[in-house]
Amino acid sequence: MEQLIQQVASGLANGAIYACVALALVMIFVSTDHINFAQGEMAMFSTYISWQLIQWGLDYWIAFFAAVAISFVAGVLIERIVLRPLHTAPVLSIIVVFIGLLAICNSVAGTVWSYLIKEYPTPFPKEVFGFSGLIGAHQLGVVVVTLLVLSLLFVFFRYTPLGLAMRAAAQNPVSARLAGVRVDWMLALGWGLAAAVGAVAGMMVAHIVYLDPNMMAGILLYAFAGALLGGISSPGGAVLGGFMVGVLENLVAYLGNAIEKGFGVYIIGNGEKLTVALIIVITVLTLKPSGLFGRVVVKRV
Amino acid sequence: MTTATPADTATTPAVPASPMAAAGADRRWVWIVVAAAAALPLLRSVVPDIISDYRLFLMSTMMIAAIAVLGLNLLTGFNGQISLGHGAFYAVGAYTAAILMDKLSLPYWTLLPIVAVVCFVVGFLFGLPALRLEGHYLALATFALALAVPQMLKYRWLEDLTGGVQGIVLLKPEAPFGLPLTEDQWLYYYCLIVTVLLFWAAWNLLRGRSGRAMMAIRDHSMAAGTMGIDTARYKTVTFGISAAYTGIAGALSASAIAFVAPDSFGFFLSISLLIGLVVGGVASLPGSIIGGIFTVLVQNSAQALSNFVKNDIGLPYDLSPYSVYGILLLVLMYVMPTGIAGGVVMAWRRLRR
Amino acid sequence: MSVTRRGFVVGASSATMLAGAAAHAQGKGKYDDGASDTEIKIGNTMPYSGPASAYGVIGKAIDAYFKMVNDKGGINGRKVKFISLDDAYSPPKIVEAARQLVEQEKVLCLFNTLGTPTNTAIHKYMNLKKVPHLFLATGASKWGKPKEFPWTMGWQPDYHTEGVIFAKHILANVKDAKIAVLMQNDDYGKDYYEGFREGLGKDVSKIVKHVTYEVTDPTVDSQIIQLKDSGANAFFNIATPKFAAQAIRKAADIGWKPAHYLNNVSASVAAVMKPAGYDNGQDIITAAYLKDPTDKQWDGADDMKAWREWMAKYNPGANMGDGFNVYGYAVAATLEKTLEQCGNELTRANLMKQAANLKKLVVPLLLPGITVNTSPTDFYPIQSMRLQRFKGETWELFGDVMSNESA
Repeated sequence: MEQLIQQVASGLANGAIYACVALALVMIFVSTDHINFAQGEMAMFSTYISWQLIQWGLDYWIAFFAAVAISFVAGVLIERIVLRPLHTAPVLSIIVVFIGLLAICNSVAGTVWSYLIKEYPTPFPKEVFGFSGLIGAHQLGVVVVTLLVLSLLFVFFRYTPLGLAMRAAAQNPVSARLAGVRVDWMLALGWGLAAAVGAVAGMMVAHIVYLDPNMMAGILLYAFAGALLGGISSPGGAVLGGFMVGVLENLVAYLGNAIEKGFGVYIIGNGEKLTVALIIVITVLTLKPSGLFGRVVVKRV
Repeated sequence: MTTATPADTATTPAVPASPMAAAGADRRWVWIVVAAAAALPLLRSVVPDIISDYRLFLMSTMMIAAIAVLGLNLLTGFNGQISLGHGAFYAVGAYTAAILMDKLSLPYWTLLPIVAVVCFVVGFLFGLPALRLEGHYLALATFALALAVPQMLKYRWLEDLTGGVQGIVLLKPEAPFGLPLTEDQWLYYYCLIVTVLLFWAAWNLLRGRSGRAMMAIRDHSMAAGTMGIDTARYKTVTFGISAAYTGIAGALSASAIAFVAPDSFGFFLSISLLIGLVVGGVASLPGSIIGGIFTVLVQNSAQALSNFVKNDIGLPYDLSPYSVYGILLLVLMYVMPTGIAGGVVMAWRRLRR
Repeated sequence: MSVTRRGFVVGASSATMLAGAAAHAQGKGKYDDGASDTEIKIGNTMPYSGPASAYGVIGKAIDAYFKMVNDKGGINGRKVKFISLDDAYSPPKIVEAARQLVEQEKVLCLFNTLGTPTNTAIHKYMNLKKVPHLFLATGASKWGKPKEFPWTMGWQPDYHTEGVIFAKHILANVKDAKIAVLMQNDDYGKDYYEGFREGLGKDVSKIVKHVTYEVTDPTVDSQIIQLKDSGANAFFNIATPKFAAQAIRKAADIGWKPAHYLNNVSASVAAVMKPAGYDNGQDIITAAYLKDPTDKQWDGADDMKAWREWMAKYNPGANMGDGFNVYGYAVAATLEKTLEQCGNELTRANLMKQAANLKKLVVPLLLPGITVNTSPTDFYPIQSMRLQRFKGETWELFGDVMSNESA
């Protein structure tokens, strides 16, 4: 029983990471209608920037917000410089561009900062609250930060004119333009926001998995699964999806262990937890094609 | 070999329409290319250094990649279902062939039909849930498939069959009937025959009723449905055929490399097939060949370019091959957003104007 | 790194071949392809692109080492031309690269090609072609089979032997051992695990829990919880640096304090012990054969000083804390000595003969007491390791030099 509780707690902690990255994926998706395969590597790069700032002697929080700001600007610039000229290009070409970005971010980070893993500081206090050993202070902090970012985004999109304009630009660019929204700048803004959210995610993740150029590879996969499960068009759904995937994978391992202990037969274990999680996600998708909380796109003929 | 027409407005679907527009007129060219390819190994006695075993092997791998890209093209280019997971079918094909050779000692030339059937069934079955998914969701669901397959190969109960993490070491096919060919020359001819047959089959499929139906579904699925096309059946069958093509490529590669292991089929394989598709030319048969050549050549050229930048231009900064690869992709997409096949056609038209 | 432009310059290789043939005719020594009076061509593949590109550091270090050798006048007066190609850690790609090196570049040997699945893919080919396949960058145990594969030889202590050493140590030192194992789910992990089981012998049932992780897993937290739950009091950690550090920290976080045995792959102070937290890593035992550049106890050693000078002069962009630079230096030094031993007979057969005739060869940066030894029946150059325990901020060597035979 203790193991079950621990596994769920550790699943929630991992889920918080997935949720955070999934949120960044959703940001790009709702504002530009693309799935950004380079999101993980961009977040990794932002994290390295903040790490470098800390190495230069800046305070954690100053470095944190500086990195978020730099990432925002970099996101806007990437949209304006790299993607703007390609705005009429087919979706598949855009995917290839994302893969190109991924390769560049990854290898430049490796060349500049080397592939050695680095420890990354946590801003949260070291002491453990009542539930010792179950979930670390940092993990709890990640959950809080994720929810905080989520609510900020919710407020931004729901209650500010700019947020509304961004949503309009993504969902119906033609009408939005007619209504006076500067659609191309909205896209750039969406990229900036996504890069900023990604930076937050990266800085939260790095303390847990250690900072290295490949740190986001595995996480991005789980974040995709989380975003799919919750619906890539829904920030709240993606966060929930991230948590669900985190808990799910640990439960798969736990269940596998229990079966092996009880019946002496190996059916599933740690090797299969990603596979089983993915099967569950795809099953859910076939039942609800836009994810659990995604909006259903009505097609007009 | 001018076929693809480029997409010129933002509203066209992910893929350019009308792939076969000029194919008929250029059939002569296709025959010339095939004849030249068949004659190539014979030139060995004239220029032995250029037509080396190694280069023939390299060309065989390009043909294999071209078949795999063609498989993806049938699904994504001609039927509009985006797949980021074709590496999975490639792996299934390679492992099916390897297991049949290893466990049942079947000769390599009996394998392709079996592999085709197995992969067709796997693809067809995956096509059923895929019917419910569209666009990005389908792309990510297939991506999940690409991730899951290498892990399933290591699954404990399959280990006896798949060799687990160790993989399976195979024998290279030898020339039949005592033909005086080296292994690589035979492999080259074997791949060439299979490639020509498969491209010919694809061409026939696409220019017929079924091809038109596939493309109608891509261009407007709902309208296609109202016109009496059984969209669900066409989509799943296309998935199966596409998987069979890619699976055959996997089986050929298992013979060529004479080794399969889970590490050969990481998710980067699926990505590089997609890159081959886009760079070559979406919904274009010649584009698939260009894409196949590109996937094989790009890595080598990326490293050569990186060395060129470092040693010959004298940039102090060490540009790694991986960055060069990324930059190459960006530049290609800038210059030819519809792929090389489309880009060449466009350039040709401008010249003639 | 000198790499010809494959795909760009098609005719170049035929020109170099003619030059090679000319030297062949009038040279002062006996040569095979890839060697002449003035030059020795050595081929190599490394993952410079893709997810495993961290290992590319080794290729760059070897290249930098041979630059130093050439500046000092080369090996017996011959300059080394080191040609390193990208294999992206992919079996199909390495076959292509190896064939280019052997058939187009006509190198004398392939050297320190990296990875177990990759080397497996070219294992047969190299032996069919009778081209030396030397000092591979992988610790699998299958590279030392001179009877079946007389052209292939590993370098580092194999994982299997190391597993045996740990098993013996646990049996001798941990009372009523109940052992938990964390293992990366690939052939590297498997090799260790099988050696470990063999070392336990009839006590193999003392392994109470064995869990695996995939390289795509973000963390191994869940696995460590499973291991703690098994009530084990000894822990064999078969993980690469990132996951090893995570495991050490997580075990401390949830208050699990077994006798902790860490595989050599992760025996780095900078890459594992520091990120994991020095407090969390106290008393961990590992086995080593190379000096750790981030371990202060070697600061005064001559070979370490020479290494630092070389790093500053020939490999300036590289990270001083990266153990791969030590690895590349030491393995390149081994090849240099082997080639030296070949004298003027630079044939492939003689190279293999000399590689199988290294007697108590002292290679820089190996731990004191460890030397390179081979014979026509022993294709395992380094077979000894020393156990060390983590104290404070450094590893403390203890006990004798251990090898499979003595363990």
